[in-house]
Amino acid sequence: MECENKVVLTMRHISKNFPGVVALSNVDFTLRAGEIHALMGENGAGKSTLIKVLTGVEEFEAGEIRVIDKKEPIINKSPHEAQENGISTVYQEVNLCPNLTVAENLFIGREPMKRGMIDWKTMNKKSKELLMNLDIDIDVAMALENYSLAIQQMIAIARAVDMSARVLILDEPTSSLDDNEVEKLFQLMRHLKSKGVGIIFVTHFLEQVYEVCDRITVLRNGSLVGEFEVGKLPRVQLVAKMMGKDFDDLASIKKSSGNQAAASGEVLISAKQLSHSGTIKPFDLDIHKGEVIGLTGLLGSGRSELARTIYGADRADTGELQVKGKKVLFGAPIDAMKAGMGYLPENRKEEGIIADLSVRENIIIALQAKRGMFRLLSRKEQEEFTDKYIGLLKIKTSDREVPIRQLSGGNQQKVILGRWLLNNPDFLILDEPTRGIDVGTKAEIQKLVVQLAQEGMAVMFISSEIEEMLRTCSRMVVLRDRCMVGELQEEQLGQDSIMRAIAGGAVNE
Amino acid sequence: MNFRIKKMDSKQFLLLITIGLFIVMYLAGMVVFQDKNFGKLQVFLNLFISNAGLIVAATGMTMVIITGGIDISVGSVIAMTCMLLAWMMEIKGMGAVPALAIVLAVGLVYGLVQGWLIAYLKIQPFIVTLAGLFFARGMTAVISTDMISIKNGLFLKWANAKIYFPFGGAMNRKGVMVYPYLYPSVLLALLTLVLFFVVLKYTKFGRSVYAVGGNEQSALMMGVNIRRTKLKVYAINGVLGTFAGFLFSLNTCAGFVEQAKGFEMEAIASSVIGGALLTGGVGNVFGSLLGVLIKGTIETFITFQGTLSSWWTKITIAVLLAFFIILQSVLASRKVKVG
Amino acid sequence: MSRIKNVIIKITGYRLFLPLLCLAIVLLVNIIKTPSFFEITIKNGVFYGYIVDIINRSSELVILSIGMTLVVAASGGTDISVGAVSAVSGAVAIFILGGGQTSTDFYHAPYLLGVLAAIGVGALLGAWNGFLVAKMRIQPMVATLILYTAGRGIAQLITKGQILYLRVDHFKQLGGFIPGIPLPTPVFVAILCILVTMLLLKKTALGLYVQTVGINSRAARLVGLNSTMIKFLTYTFCGLCSGIAGMIITSRVYSIDANNAGLNIELDAILAVALGGNSLGGGKFSLLGSVIGAVTIQALTTTLYAMKVSADQLYVYKAIVVILIVALQSSELKRMLRNLRGRSQVTQTGKEVA
Repeated sequence: MECENKVVLTMRHISKNFPGVVALSNVDFTLRAGEIHALMGENGAGKSTLIKVLTGVEEFEAGEIRVIDKKEPIINKSPHEAQENGISTVYQEVNLCPNLTVAENLFIGREPMKRGMIDWKTMNKKSKELLMNLDIDIDVAMALENYSLAIQQMIAIARAVDMSARVLILDEPTSSLDDNEVEKLFQLMRHLKSKGVGIIFVTHFLEQVYEVCDRITVLRNGSLVGEFEVGKLPRVQLVAKMMGKDFDDLASIKKSSGNQAAASGEVLISAKQLSHSGTIKPFDLDIHKGEVIGLTGLLGSGRSELARTIYGADRADTGELQVKGKKVLFGAPIDAMKAGMGYLPENRKEEGIIADLSVRENIIIALQAKRGMFRLLSRKEQEEFTDKYIGLLKIKTSDREVPIRQLSGGNQQKVILGRWLLNNPDFLILDEPTRGIDVGTKAEIQKLVVQLAQEGMAVMFISSEIEEMLRTCSRMVVLRDRCMVGELQEEQLGQDSIMRAIAGGAVNE
Repeated sequence: MNFRIKKMDSKQFLLLITIGLFIVMYLAGMVVFQDKNFGKLQVFLNLFISNAGLIVAATGMTMVIITGGIDISVGSVIAMTCMLLAWMMEIKGMGAVPALAIVLAVGLVYGLVQGWLIAYLKIQPFIVTLAGLFFARGMTAVISTDMISIKNGLFLKWANAKIYFPFGGAMNRKGVMVYPYLYPSVLLALLTLVLFFVVLKYTKFGRSVYAVGGNEQSALMMGVNIRRTKLKVYAINGVLGTFAGFLFSLNTCAGFVEQAKGFEMEAIASSVIGGALLTGGVGNVFGSLLGVLIKGTIETFITFQGTLSSWWTKITIAVLLAFFIILQSVLASRKVKVG
Repeated sequence: MSRIKNVIIKITGYRLFLPLLCLAIVLLVNIIKTPSFFEITIKNGVFYGYIVDIINRSSELVILSIGMTLVVAASGGTDISVGAVSAVSGAVAIFILGGGQTSTDFYHAPYLLGVLAAIGVGALLGAWNGFLVAKMRIQPMVATLILYTAGRGIAQLITKGQILYLRVDHFKQLGGFIPGIPLPTPVFVAILCILVTMLLLKKTALGLYVQTVGINSRAARLVGLNSTMIKFLTYTFCGLCSGIAGMIITSRVYSIDANNAGLNIELDAILAVALGGNSLGGGKFSLLGSVIGAVTIQALTTTLYAMKVSADQLYVYKAIVVILIVALQSSELKRMLRNLRGRSQVTQTGKEVA
């Protein structure tokens, strides 16, 4: 246990700004040899920026990074340089070549040579030894693509470690693995830990943190919240730290208002054992007219995936969905739209806006898709609709014909909101509608959500910010590790109860 | 921890289909055309003799396809090469050796330009080489719109030097013993093939070609210089294109504008039939040799059959191409599901 | 100054600026080189002259570029089989109308049947391409490579490898003149195709759908569009256009030569789309731009012919134009130039520090 104390990496007072945003402000991070150190935080906390700064993908403006063997502070200019300084990263999407053999993936760029040619025999032998050392027994002469993702990940780790990594960064390695594979990965991590490698483990899964990690560093809004020993930080407190509320204060905060429309009780949508393999386990859920139902849970908990499965963006593998008491089967989102649904996706840029099209076209596109190709909305109707929602949602644009990509993030979001409101859906899914949006717009959107529910629409609201959820939702569904774990009724809603549920404490039924 | 392999390697599967296809076709030919001596060694050797140029072109094509690119200009490059050789030797009175050297240099420059446009300007390979196709064909016409026959002594000596086998001879109708033979062009083609097999398998450059085609992003992360690799591949491919043109001209001994039309399709088809994945990352020069032989066998069929016309070659090749492209797509989509 | 700059930016930012500029340059060269270029004369009651010739000859290219524009916009790839498909359509038409005979001077089947069969076959082959691209998710150029290879073989299969002639005056009218009308028929067919397509784009949501799918197919799916179907339709439509073009091509020479009908026209069609200011990466498109692009290419061709450049040599110039245009569209080139400028500044300041 003597190596426990040896520090292999220190980052001090790291700061980094993106135009208009402080990404990291004065962050410290310390990694010791032979420890597994979880790096945690919600969206925009600065985890990935910190990793990028460390591995030379991004530059940083202030602070210093020191590694154990170097006297001077280091500045990595590329992932390659970071690797030379003993810092290797393994990402969720494995950065290896699937078509090359396992051995090649381990040795590419530093293949053993004999008389000017690659010495395959030695390479295969060395690879075999290397993997055996890590207790992985596979045929190294086979192409990588023949192996499961878990093994590919382990090979990536083996490569990283073999390139003399003192610091190994695992960036959400478990997101696409099943339980069995995760267990194997943990075995490997513990093995490396015993050999003195310092591991930074970025993950969203609380269970995993408590299973395998020694320390946790929590970031929030680009600042350091603190470094904690796993044993001394209960889950609820960890969630509180990530979400930004000091646990002791929570009890005193009451729900901000009681202005939610009471659900009329009429069931609009009913899901029974609905699931999509790999993203969300089977769940039962009833959604009523006139309610705002919140989905809460950490990133990666399956909150977006649950919504996508209802909407048919991911086709349900099992279970049954009923809309207004009638059984429906969604093959594609258009079916859901025809059943009266709308969906504002989490990833605005890649799934929301159609960048080169005008504000007008972006607003009318969903309605037009629903009407079909041959029933084109007249130009006059299109302009009327557009102007109506530009006015109603106070969209700031110089003209309705401006390409949407020229608008600010908040205004883009309003356009997409307008797109769905124009469809007049019975059920509207809003996945992170306020992310990356200025405070004023945020408040407007929250108000709008409540108002829509009062008018009888059912709204599903997903957000990382609990306060926002409390302000808008009349009921909440809690998800953890791709599974719906409970529901909180209106009278149970409070920050502490939510956090307990997210963290995996008992949910009072 | 012991891990089982899930399924058979899809690239082995593709190659296996090709090998099986060739054997079945050839055996079928031996049965159907028994009376016409399809089984004779010389018939088999003729597959190589008439396709020496294609073997070299398909080698280059396979390398390009492994990077995930394509080159559809090779037919025109061959026409340009033949014309340039003929023009230099016959009109300008140059020797065969300097003419060959110049032609190869032209191929290098041509390949470098295409490579730069693709690797550094990131223009789709298809567009670049489509323009290349028209450029080279047009240049052929710029050199001369009339056909030029090659009469250079040394060149004709290269072209007609038969290399006889010491065995396997047979009496012909006049009672003269005839031994099976090859031309030097075949040896040069096979030498090129072996050379590139070694380059692709045993050099760092060769492996980076595969890495680039497998996953560009990953290759970059692992320290492969993607742009330089691609530039090199297209430059080499340019040289191979003109070299294939040289071998082609040894067969035709002439340069004319319409020469080698559609040749690029034969090269692409050979590579694809030989197991090269058009999405990149997978391919084997020996596979492409098999592809060439399959195409040659189809042609031999049609010649032996006598009444079928030459366009059947095109259609059969296109059908094979379609079959393999769709097969690749199906295999790829299955893989996505597993992952 | 800044006002002038603004005006310049506004003009160059106009979508049709590039195609119109290219056309203007080509025409300008002619004003200087061959003043007779713009003369129009009337012989036997029909118009003659270079300009008429350009518009006439560009007709099939215009029609093809309409289909190509939609294919490019929806799928971000090109259909390289349009020339071969035209040849198949032409072969089918002549085979049906000529009863499969090598040379004949009367119709063996109703004219309408021949036309419909030609266009139908075009659409069918287009649908095959669409199936491969949209449903099998094969890269467009690879998918259309199959018909690019097989198309002429199929056409030869129909014509049995011979050039089939159909010496019927009525048949020649589509590619020539209808008695009493002073302008060549292909011009009217092309204009009709443009109008019908424009109408389709104006009166249905097709244009909006195609652009949406081309710009962001994930978002398109979430707003309820069926990307597969839309891509499939554009390829089918492109095949249909190839069929019409094939009819005009065969009618011009009242014969079908499977090897040479519509040869290399695919490059011109792609070039027309690019010249029209459309990105070959898909997304927003301008049909009118492509049409102007097609006319420009024909103007360039005619100009070079007038300057005694042979048909085969022409491709050198066209290839260079293609590369120039795509290179100019390339964001990498812009970045490179920016870096070059940036670096020279850096080295300057670096020197100052040193």
